[in-house]
Amino acid sequence: MALEAQEVEKIAHLARLGIDPDDISEYARNLSDILAFVEQLNSVDTRGVEPLAHPLDATQRLRPDVVTETDERENFLRNAPLTEAGLYLVPKVIE
Amino acid sequence: MEWETVIGLEIHAQLATRSKIFSAASTRYGAEPNTQACAVDLGLPGVLPVLNAEVVRMAVKFGLATHSSVAPRSVFARKNYFYPDLPKGYQISQYELPIVHDGYLDIEVDEDTVKRIGITRAHLEEDAGKSLHEDFHGLTGIDLNRAGTPLLEIVSEPDMRSAKEAVAYMKKIHSLVQYLGICDGNMQEGSFRCDANVSVRPQGQEAFGTRAELKNINSFRFVEQAINYEVERQIALLESGGTVVQETRLFDADRHETRPMRTKEEANDYRYFPDPDLLPVEIDPAFIAEVTQTLPELPEVKKQRFMDDYGLSAYDAGVLTATRELGDYFEAVVGVSGGLGKLSANWVMGELSGALNKAGLEIGSSPVSAEALGGMLRRIEDGTISGKIAKQVFEALWAGAGSADEVIESQGLMQITDSSAIEDIIRGVLENSPKQVEQYRTGQEKVFGYFVGQVMKATQGKANPKQVNELLKKMIND
Amino acid sequence: MHHKTLVELGAGLRQGAYSSEELTRACLDRVAMLDNQLNSFITVIEAQALQTARDADARIRSGAAGPLTGIPYAHKDIFCTRGVKTSCGSRMLDNFIAPYDATVTQQLNAAGAVMIGKTNMDEFAMGSSNETSFYGPVTNPWDSETVPGGSSGGSAAAVAARLVPVSTGTDTGGSIRQPAALCGITGLKPTYGRVSRYGMIAFASSLDQAGPFARTAEDAALMLGAMAGFDPRDSTSVERAPDDYTGGLNNSLQGLKIGLPKQFFGEGLDSGVAAAVEAALDEYRKLGAVITEISLPNSQLAVPTYYVVAPAECSSNLSRFDGVRFGYRAKDPEDLEDLYKRSRGEGFGAEVKRRIMIGTYALSAGYYDAYYLKAQQVRRLIREDFMRAFEQVNVIMGPTSPSVAFRLGEKSNDPVTMYLSDIYTIAVNLAGLPGMSIPAGFAADMPVGLQLIGNYFEEARLLNAAHRYQQVTDWHTRVPQGFE
Repeated sequence: MALEAQEVEKIAHLARLGIDPDDISEYARNLSDILAFVEQLNSVDTRGVEPLAHPLDATQRLRPDVVTETDERENFLRNAPLTEAGLYLVPKVIE
Repeated sequence: MEWETVIGLEIHAQLATRSKIFSAASTRYGAEPNTQACAVDLGLPGVLPVLNAEVVRMAVKFGLATHSSVAPRSVFARKNYFYPDLPKGYQISQYELPIVHDGYLDIEVDEDTVKRIGITRAHLEEDAGKSLHEDFHGLTGIDLNRAGTPLLEIVSEPDMRSAKEAVAYMKKIHSLVQYLGICDGNMQEGSFRCDANVSVRPQGQEAFGTRAELKNINSFRFVEQAINYEVERQIALLESGGTVVQETRLFDADRHETRPMRTKEEANDYRYFPDPDLLPVEIDPAFIAEVTQTLPELPEVKKQRFMDDYGLSAYDAGVLTATRELGDYFEAVVGVSGGLGKLSANWVMGELSGALNKAGLEIGSSPVSAEALGGMLRRIEDGTISGKIAKQVFEALWAGAGSADEVIESQGLMQITDSSAIEDIIRGVLENSPKQVEQYRTGQEKVFGYFVGQVMKATQGKANPKQVNELLKKMIND
Repeated sequence: MHHKTLVELGAGLRQGAYSSEELTRACLDRVAMLDNQLNSFITVIEAQALQTARDADARIRSGAAGPLTGIPYAHKDIFCTRGVKTSCGSRMLDNFIAPYDATVTQQLNAAGAVMIGKTNMDEFAMGSSNETSFYGPVTNPWDSETVPGGSSGGSAAAVAARLVPVSTGTDTGGSIRQPAALCGITGLKPTYGRVSRYGMIAFASSLDQAGPFARTAEDAALMLGAMAGFDPRDSTSVERAPDDYTGGLNNSLQGLKIGLPKQFFGEGLDSGVAAAVEAALDEYRKLGAVITEISLPNSQLAVPTYYVVAPAECSSNLSRFDGVRFGYRAKDPEDLEDLYKRSRGEGFGAEVKRRIMIGTYALSAGYYDAYYLKAQQVRRLIREDFMRAFEQVNVIMGPTSPSVAFRLGEKSNDPVTMYLSDIYTIAVNLAGLPGMSIPAGFAADMPVGLQLIGNYFEEARLLNAAHRYQQVTDWHTRVPQGFE
């Protein structure tokens, strides 16, 4: 399955990845190679095979409804690029 | 052309847990920004989710209360999209295998019509944070306290045919989740909100029309307004030869209109897949049996019991079971009054509800306690006061003047039932009204009412009206 | 001192032959002197390490020391370490000071181990050569023109070069075993769910598993003992107490049934590597093991399966790196979309972007069933192959990597060829089984790794098999030239 440049751009947009236009064709080639490589899975008959979620087929453990976390805002905000009044700042969001 | 409206609702009920769905941070409302967003809620590198047991229990309660199937195995998936209030770049939700599915709820459309609304599914998911648009130098501030708050998204079948039905359904769910104690129902704080899928089709046509999704409507009134507006808009559009576009629209409560969301319309591709950090949730019959034991009496059952035990009409029973608090209050009044079901219903639905409405109060903050109201009803029943005087007593109770007995005592409102005392008063009235007596005796029986009025006036309303009538009749004819 | 194993150093510390501070100082000095050749560390925390060492010395004096107390180690830069930069080998996290400790970090702290720094790695653990790191490639101590393997290349090179006695790694498709093989040391990937993933920056959640690097199986057993355990913060962690990993190290291998998957010895296997592995198997025969051929018919599908599952999961796992709450943020974004696209476009390197795009594509509308669902189904078939094999044999053995360390740059422009260097390790991750690589000789003067694969939770059996082999061979004691 060969990807066109346009499809690569669409995927990059979905993944919010800025890609240099000069690099698009190389990505298209690499991604096409990888997709061609994984194509061989199509030859396997998997009818009736349950997808594997956890190697041990374990199920979800439940946590008691107890609050144990304390306020660590200042600790966490230290890693943020831009904050004010305890908030993380981003360019204006328009609804 | 005649048009038919088709509505389906997606209701988001915030589950009333102490901690978040996947972290041990508090869900308390109104904290300082980001003080209740722990490492997991912030989606810091390396953190992992662990499911809160209580949300599973609550979802199962809802399932049982809506005649739904509870899935023996349900799966959390990731819904991938980028938005600043969504810290991980995906929302953990249930997609292919929800925890609750295929149920229904009966709604009372009006006094004579009951309608069954299908519940397609109810699934668990995490809430997002909040974007604050007040000005931070032209930037938006992100508060992630709400991120990770557990939600139950309840999706109905497109079974509703009018805004009125949609509101009735929404109110019913609102009441139910509070009955079950799984949601506080607070719409101002966003604990209970709703999206409406609205379409129209020519009467008689089977295929659905193209729908618009109305987002985030947070009051019953707005749901009705938004749907009605949207229906008119779609009909006008179709009748003028246009077509409805499938889109998401926001309801503008100030302008009473819906408009398309301004976010860039792109084909959403959420790339759902099972969250590999979480495992399938398994629910066994023993757990369901255990939860069944803890279910409170549900509105429908309570309604029937009110009809059977207290002889109430279906309508009255429906009104009194609309919320758990109202039902509890009513039953407390009945208990104190010594089993006066109908009288209690009349007073709770009449005088008390009127006064609460006027004051803008909920039953939970009624100035008249069930104890006080029940005490007063006992005094009506034993003849200490008349129904008319009771209104006066009720006003005093509302104003905080103490118990009914104290009010009756201190204001001297006790009914006069002593025949000789009433006879004395009647005698006085007749002596002072020779002209009216003459009129009565010459056949103008209408004047009888005048005598009754005079007697009641003379006793400040405290005379037993039935007794007054009997004695008066006897004495005037003597 | 640097030639001593963890076991020997621990004994020395407890006997008072030297202090942890002295030992830690010696490691730091060696890093300062030699790591400019290797580039195996991203961060060295001298002052903090010495303080931890002094605390460990106090604990040793008080008689409360465990086997790891006072032992210096290097921590892969994928584990969150509170107050210490945690970069994951990426520009995206070059400025990230982790505000909390990973569970593994906490456990090693609690054991009294002394972290001296954070090791270099492929960016977000995506790579088999350590060439995708934002901090530049790590070189193989055995030949500075070859790669150390990846993604835990820094941790493997640091142990091979005797900079530290032990280190940590993570293994999503071979990232512990393959660099262990290429650097001539011992590496262990435990059963999925055996070691907590909390605080380990996720690459592919259903495959990632942390484990130790050491020079000997015995040292690896002690490290695993400290790292393994149930963690309530990780839903995929298994609620089961760790085994005693050292108690059975000397058990006899008499009658041990070893299976050789015929698919691991076919085309694509370097003849020198094959010869070394055959020689190692002869040693096992001498130790009393019975060797039979087995078949893992779906193992050929492991690499393509992996390159759907891992990118799909990573595409979602890496969405949180958006320039808002932590990490790299592009300068002067025009709007929200520009903030996202440039922060991620500039913050991530090419291989990470490739995998995110493959994963995004595989999960997108219309392709999910054909790729992701299909791959998860094939995954079950691969697992069933192993389950059948373990009905016949106790341990599966074969080469860890099809070749010895390749040259820097040799495969970096051809992703698919690079992916095939993990052809023997990936199936183990897909099935969630424990696997090890131990030094088993040389081919063209470069180390060869022997891979040992066990049934679920049979780490102790693997360690036993590895240890007995190391008692009768000396490959694990060989030191690369220039690091004697």
